[in-house]
Amino acid sequence: MIGGLHFGSAFTAAFLASLVEAVEALTIVLAVATVRGWRPAGLGAIGGLALLAAIVVALGPLLDYVPLHLLQLAIGVLLLLFGMRWLRKAILRAAGVVPLHDEAMAFASETAELREEERRYEAHLDWLAGLASFKAVLLEGLEVVFIVIAVSAGGGLLIPVSVAALAACLLVAAIGLAVHRPLARVPENTLKFAVGVMLSAFGMFWTGEGFGVVWPGADLAIVAFVALFLATGLAAVALLNRRKAAAVP
Amino acid sequence: MKALEALFRELAGLFVEDGALALAIAAIVALAGISAALAPDVPITTGAILLFGCPGVLLMNVMRAGRR
Repeated sequence: MIGGLHFGSAFTAAFLASLVEAVEALTIVLAVATVRGWRPAGLGAIGGLALLAAIVVALGPLLDYVPLHLLQLAIGVLLLLFGMRWLRKAILRAAGVVPLHDEAMAFASETAELREEERRYEAHLDWLAGLASFKAVLLEGLEVVFIVIAVSAGGGLLIPVSVAALAACLLVAAIGLAVHRPLARVPENTLKFAVGVMLSAFGMFWTGEGFGVVWPGADLAIVAFVALFLATGLAAVALLNRRKAAAVP
Repeated sequence: MKALEALFRELAGLFVEDGALALAIAAIVALAGISAALAPDVPITTGAILLFGCPGVLLMNVMRAGRR
């Protein structure tokens, strides 16, 4: 039951986070394909995936040599930084303090930028376009790799969590290739809010374990931490909205 | 060189976007670490620092950002 809870929350966090990252990478790859065709977009994306695979193969086995408490602590702190950064942004977007991320607008902006480069550097543009695709896949992919490693740390969940991340990426790639449009209807902020809550909860759990804290209920504590961060996030959105409403004359 | 620098900046950006929040999280973790080192037999204190500190700094940070 408890192992299942850990598995379920790690699987869900990896799937949803990978969905968000894959949608963002797809937007850039599609923009490159629209301006310069599928060859540079595809080559750049394949290059990014190849480098990601090399990083995982090279660094993955090294993790076995790190003492478990040190690994839990390092990953816990990084997860706290990463998860709370996502949650902060999602709260501010949900409360209207900063604008929502718009995939259609990101696509238009990337396309305009590439067209401007096309005007200036016609001869090198395929190379530049491929590089944009490569960079998008590499950077968004690194986030996916980090999340997969982090949420499966110490739990022996690397393979199922990797499958969840891969399934999300393949799903987004398949839909993107089918519709040939950025996936603007994906509720990105809601996903980011949910993933921010889950990653922050995992981060607090692993940081505590790294310091030798024995959490009451063992893995079950993760569920309580999810509830705590969810309540904090929702309360923050409500407080910000109330303050905004009070400021309107 | 510039591309490498930009890549490192993007990598750091994965974890640090708002410096004040990152610093506050680091302070909570440092406090928890001090508590774990000074009172290893009372891990509940370390747990409590994390439990109240992390959501607390998040709430304070977003309320401050909302005011700006």
